[in-house]
Amino acid sequence: MNEQTVDLIVIGAGPAGMSAAVEATVRGLSVVVLDEQGSAGGQIYRNVQQADAHQRRVLGSDYEAGAQLVAEFLQCGARFLSGAAIWQVTPERQVHFLIEGRAQILQGRHVLIATGAFERPMPIPGWTLPGVMTAGAGQILLKNAALVPRGPVVLAGCGPLLYLLAVQYLRAGVAIEALVDTSGTGDLVRAWREVPSALPGWRDLLKGLQLLATLKRAGVRHFRNARNLRVEAQEHAQALSFECGSRSWTLPASLVLLHQGVVPNTQISWSLRLEHDWSEQQLCWIARRDKDGETSLAGVFIAGDGGAIGGAQVARLEGRLTALAVAARVGAINAHQARDLAAPYRKALARQRAARPLIDALYRPLLQNRVPADEVIVCRCEEVTAGSIRQFVELGCLGPNQTKAFGRCGMGPCQGRQCGLSVTQIIAEQRRVPSAEVGYYRIRSPLKPITLSQLANEEPLTQEPV
Amino acid sequence: MPVEPLFRALSPAKNTVRIEFEGASLAVPAGVSLAAALLASGVTRTRESAVNGRSGAPFCMMGVCFECLVEVDGQANCQACLLPVRAGMRVHRQRGARDLLAGDQEMADE
Amino acid sequence: MQKTDVMIVGGGLVGLSIAYGMALLGRQVSVLDEGDDALRAARGNFGLLWVQGKGYGMSAYAQWTREAVALWPRFATALQADTGIDLHLRQPGGFQLCLSDEEMAEESRRLLWLRDAMHGDYPFELLDAEQLRVRLPGVGPTVVGACYSPMDGHINPLKLLRSLYTACRVRGVNIINGHRVSGIAQCAGGFELAAAGQRWYAGRVVLAAGLGNRELGAQLDMDIPVSPNRGQILVTERLKPFLHYPTTYVRQTDEGTVQLGDSHESAGLDDGTGSQVMATIAARAVRCFPRLGQVRLVRAWGALRVMSQDGYPIYEASRTCPGAVVVSCHSGVTLAAMHALRLAPWIDGERDDPAVSAFSLERFSPEVRHAG
Repeated sequence: MNEQTVDLIVIGAGPAGMSAAVEATVRGLSVVVLDEQGSAGGQIYRNVQQADAHQRRVLGSDYEAGAQLVAEFLQCGARFLSGAAIWQVTPERQVHFLIEGRAQILQGRHVLIATGAFERPMPIPGWTLPGVMTAGAGQILLKNAALVPRGPVVLAGCGPLLYLLAVQYLRAGVAIEALVDTSGTGDLVRAWREVPSALPGWRDLLKGLQLLATLKRAGVRHFRNARNLRVEAQEHAQALSFECGSRSWTLPASLVLLHQGVVPNTQISWSLRLEHDWSEQQLCWIARRDKDGETSLAGVFIAGDGGAIGGAQVARLEGRLTALAVAARVGAINAHQARDLAAPYRKALARQRAARPLIDALYRPLLQNRVPADEVIVCRCEEVTAGSIRQFVELGCLGPNQTKAFGRCGMGPCQGRQCGLSVTQIIAEQRRVPSAEVGYYRIRSPLKPITLSQLANEEPLTQEPV
Repeated sequence: MPVEPLFRALSPAKNTVRIEFEGASLAVPAGVSLAAALLASGVTRTRESAVNGRSGAPFCMMGVCFECLVEVDGQANCQACLLPVRAGMRVHRQRGARDLLAGDQEMADE
Repeated sequence: MQKTDVMIVGGGLVGLSIAYGMALLGRQVSVLDEGDDALRAARGNFGLLWVQGKGYGMSAYAQWTREAVALWPRFATALQADTGIDLHLRQPGGFQLCLSDEEMAEESRRLLWLRDAMHGDYPFELLDAEQLRVRLPGVGPTVVGACYSPMDGHINPLKLLRSLYTACRVRGVNIINGHRVSGIAQCAGGFELAAAGQRWYAGRVVLAAGLGNRELGAQLDMDIPVSPNRGQILVTERLKPFLHYPTTYVRQTDEGTVQLGDSHESAGLDDGTGSQVMATIAARAVRCFPRLGQVRLVRAWGALRVMSQDGYPIYEASRTCPGAVVVSCHSGVTLAAMHALRLAPWIDGERDDPAVSAFSLERFSPEVRHAG
């Protein structure tokens, strides 16, 4: 670790982080990028430099396009620390991380949180059985390990990523038992209002339609408006049952992949006690940011899906805009230049964001798959059911911190990543108040597990404090 | 013990390494995460919950869910999806809470 | 306007213990409690039922604490009967581990003073390193010794909070959540309280609002010298049982997690965590039990102790506002049994309790009470 303070610390080497690093280094800033994974790319471009021709063909052209950005990033002069688990970020912009068991601290003049997204929890009966995984997990296995399902797989839930995975599996010759879609014509009707404003994002919309057309041509069984999903069996998944139209179905499946959209990874932003707003459109918490991505804490920025779900192109643009803003702060460019350089990015951003409200409306996750029945486990770490949460509300708990105190829900190692959104919405529904009023868990460090020895031996900060 | 795996390789692995799982020797693809390697070998359960014994297996593959906890070379509660496979790794299921008093534990992270 | 006989301000361990105790006496009790995001010392404690070392310099407190732990089994039984919740009360004795000769000497000195002040009725043992290793296998080589007392024990503090909530409801206490008391004033025959846009009238009022007592007390013309003292706690992943006695630095819970702590900082109202203190706590825990070195930290939190100027409880029946009582302490877990079974009757006026008078505001000189 060198002695000088870093102009910009970027947490996350996905499209937002990488683009920010490229832009910032071009402007002459000192940049350090940290990522928990072993190589750059984030989730969407995972392993893109190591993927072979077969994998790239299966994964498609959007994935391949990431290779260029990764190459540019690796050559841009930013210092890249891979395999770095960040366990604490302080309001004074000190980033505490672990690499190969050594705990270190880095001080930044500015910090960019580019932590991306993770799967929205989908707590349906049986979701904790072995043999049930997320669609995201399926993609990761494809990208990092070139693994695909051996036998017939059932994909269940909603959202364009589910269709994308189905098409990727088709290309790989995987037998798809069915696509059990909880969205359908009802959503289309409700979403009609969003269509005019979405038209500038016609490329996104076209992509979605093309995926569906591919699936249809291949004869993949596609159930729409599916309700009452349930993974059946005792020790591991054996079937997925659901209702569609007026019929009940039970499809044999030893592998069920669930997905109902992705949500921002807000662990760092909550741990810093930044301002967040509940979005009823996206059904998640959105950190408040200005047009440069600066949050309610000066010097701390967010870009990409970690702020609000927008996809890879939006992430790239937001990363660049934040980098320009930071460059202006540091004096590397003046305000005039910053504005001029930012202008084309802002224009492109408006276009890239255009289709989002329509996508959100078309693939809105069902209430029953967000606020489940009493017997469904909501907190996987501590085995707490939705029914227990409801009981605590009846006892007097107003929010997730009280239910946490009463039932341990949210106290496990995942720190609420898998249950936080569910718990907020369950409490809101039980109390009959908006989710915004219920609030979220108090998130604290350690954001990732750290052993007591590692913590005790943390190397002190050698840089100039800011 | 390994049954019919839920996953198969797109193409045969270029390199393999040998690891041990629950005492049995396994040949797994090199350069992948331990979780991926176990899934490819037909392992369907990686842990038993410390709260109620529920079987868990890799779920999210990206370090968020903590279901893929295993014991590696004596160190308990390791997230298999974040660990690259290494030749000679000795892996066991994480059966409930870790046992501090069990034998001499190697300082795996020292 | 809503009416109640007794209004308790504060739904933490202190307020609910008193509420439960008064409900057992047949009083009509209401509790006004803040929202989900409040500071809540009740959620930030170690769970110790600790006697040894307390009251050094004030033997009345040593005596009060001693009686508290003696009452605990009866209290736990009553709560379990009303709620079915097992609090995991264990009183096997506890160890104060000493990491230096100076620490050992200081702790020994205090305990000998206390034994003397209690006329010999104060059981404890001073153990050297060798003796300690026999009693606590796994203790680290740099631990020089320990003080053991059979009086000490521990419970599950979060289950205690939940159990008190449940028991209060079972006994007819009206708990009003999400209502922070903003104003309180004396009126004809009682008190008027304002909270979240609503008003209550109460014949008697008990201020059990922790750090909030300062402001509320001022409205009733009382200077209550409490200020925040931050403690940080680290919590590990679950372990199979290995530590069967509580210690002041390290305690294994009934769930298997290990709590590590004992820090004191003046940090204002900031209940966050700081890595230097955390590293110190971690290093000390590893010195106490070296095998903990490889164990993962899963949670860490800070909480604000409600610390009076001399560290001892405040039990004050106001003379200028008869019917108003102030209750404050930083050992809400240890004293919960006393608050329910001894203090509640005293508040109720049912019996005079000379032991309580030692904790009135009188003991603070006028200078202290104004500066706080």
